[in-house]
Amino acid sequence: MGTVTTMRQLTMSQAINEALREEMRRQPNLILLGQDIGAYGGTFGVYRGLFDEFGPERVRDGPLCESATVGFAIGAAINGMRSVVELEFMDFVTVAMDQIVNQAAKMHYFFGGQIKVPLVIRTAIVSRMGMGSQHSQSLEAWFIHVPGLKVAIPSNAYDAKGLMKTALRDTNPILFIENVKLYSTKCDVPEEEYSVPFGRARVMREGSDVTVVAISAMVPESLAAAEKLGAQNISVEVIDPRTLNPLDVETIAQSVRKTGRVIITHDAAKTGGVAAEISQRIMEEAFDYLNAPIVRVAGLDVPVPSGALHPMVVPNQQRVIEAVLKMLGR
Amino acid sequence: MASGTTIDVAQSLSHEMLRHWYEQMQTIRYFEEQVIEFFAKGLISGSTHPCIGQEGIAVGACAALEPSDLILATYRGHGECLAKGADPKKLMAEILSRATGCCKGKGGSMHLCDVSHGVLGTNAVVAAHIPISGGVALACQTRKTGQVTACFFGDGASCEGEFFETLNMASLWKLPLVLVCENNEYAISVHVSKSQATPNIADRAQGVGMRNQVVEGNDVLAVYAAMRAAVEHAREGRGPTFLECKTVRWERHSTFSAGRYENAEAAQKWRKVDPIPRFKSHLLTVGISEGALEERAERARATVAAAAEFALSSPPVSPDAILEDVYEP
Ligand SMILES: Cc1ncc(C[n+]2csc(CCOP(=O)(O)OP(=O)(O)O)c2C)c(N)n1
Repeated sequence: MGTVTTMRQLTMSQAINEALREEMRRQPNLILLGQDIGAYGGTFGVYRGLFDEFGPERVRDGPLCESATVGFAIGAAINGMRSVVELEFMDFVTVAMDQIVNQAAKMHYFFGGQIKVPLVIRTAIVSRMGMGSQHSQSLEAWFIHVPGLKVAIPSNAYDAKGLMKTALRDTNPILFIENVKLYSTKCDVPEEEYSVPFGRARVMREGSDVTVVAISAMVPESLAAAEKLGAQNISVEVIDPRTLNPLDVETIAQSVRKTGRVIITHDAAKTGGVAAEISQRIMEEAFDYLNAPIVRVAGLDVPVPSGALHPMVVPNQQRVIEAVLKMLGR
Repeated sequence: MASGTTIDVAQSLSHEMLRHWYEQMQTIRYFEEQVIEFFAKGLISGSTHPCIGQEGIAVGACAALEPSDLILATYRGHGECLAKGADPKKLMAEILSRATGCCKGKGGSMHLCDVSHGVLGTNAVVAAHIPISGGVALACQTRKTGQVTACFFGDGASCEGEFFETLNMASLWKLPLVLVCENNEYAISVHVSKSQATPNIADRAQGVGMRNQVVEGNDVLAVYAAMRAAVEHAREGRGPTFLECKTVRWERHSTFSAGRYENAEAAQKWRKVDPIPRFKSHLLTVGISEGALEERAERARATVAAAAEFALSSPPVSPDAILEDVYEP
């Protein structure tokens, strides 16, 4: 105790960059793989300056082949390195799916613990930019379905840095899901070393009437909704799970025991989305406390359309407000 | 491109070395025959893919590697694991899903691993281990360990996208890697004539500027000679080699899937080019006695019998162990 924490404002993009930079300095065997990650700094600029500081061997810009890139990253990881791969848009995980699901996730298990896979796959959801059906998906649910993977999905700079620090010291394959819409959002980030553990949800705003469990870009949307509902004397608690596997069911269940009502919201299509899993877990832990059926505010079950049409599919604060009001019979 | 003829190579090797390779090839053969027998008795569930007829590639290639070098192989990789020095007892126990197996019984026939002998795993998704081997080699290059990585795969695997992706990257980055393609003519039921656009799979390496060679895979000495040159090339930092070893598959794809041959005779073709009698007659001509070879064959049988005994007397995997190793703590 007694340590003074010096805060400054960083964007989420800067925060992730800083986590990587610090760990690259600490861990000589940490390498970055991907496309456009050299002097260009990554498609969304998250790697700005890393190539200059660490050079082409450690910031290894490679040919356009996502599957082999992830395969190479796994190979390096099982042979004494730690690798971080950037997949430019989350939609392109499909191209590398075998390596992620059949290889990285399972090797530690089926080789009886002999092989470790310290691998972080960074990828970004781009659902709110109108880039069309092949550049707008939120596919996080696929990965919580695969034992052996961990899934982090931060919503702000503080958590992003802290979770990335944890990810870069873990020895398991991790999907680190960012969100382009959040890259430029700022918040206080300590100058000092810190990390955020996996499996610990964060109560972003306390409230007593309704719990909103929000994921990724729906966290700031839900906070804005809670602010507006507060003006109508409705008290909303907003929880960000921060990691989906491991999932901190207890923090969510505790909140539900207090509020008796829960809405789960994410950009991803509703059917088979992580809200379904979280909902089931709440029923297992806190069914007796529920005063209303659990509600999902999620993407519509259609491909995300292009251009100006995407807001009709991807949820927003207004849809959260409507769901809360309906749940409370207002 | 070979650095010497097969005869030159044979003359440069001690008789002890040659007898050792003979024993290794016999060990692999008996090991696979034992596995087939266990499968027939219902002691192995799932499937198993014997490398019978391909022993010359496993032994010749691994003989050119140092103990500290690294290999990755496929579900048909029992031979490479044995040739690289993995313990036959732990391999057999693994194949029988026993707790004493090299992967604690959870990998089975298609997922063997022995890091202590440089076996970084056998893989059951066709070609998926090829880019992984590229990454293993990249780590060796980046960390300047001086190790060479060898990756074994089939003709079918050479049609997968990840194969082409890796060919390009390995050549681009001059990785210390040898890609050993065991062209046994078949991918389950598809003959290479139906899957390859060029007569030699090795031709593909030319497109990415990779050193390449076609070698008679049923001749352990030829494989060794070609592999030794490839390993030297890689270790000197001059980049990867694509080595296509022409061979013939055993009479089925696996104990589970028959695969398909044009006729019954084609299914037995491997016997005509069997690398073991071929090597044996060579050894007799260089003056190694029949008796000395029989002694080695006997030792191979004893090794496999001990492995079988160890596996059969080992405990099954406990329900608790099933839950372990999902995550590294
Ligand atoms: C990606 C993938 N596709 C299909 C299969 C099913 N499969 C298993 S072995 C095999 C044939 C592979 O042939 P080849 O690469 O020539 O190796 P061989 O079995 O002859 O050693 C196939 C199609 C698989 N395991 N993985």
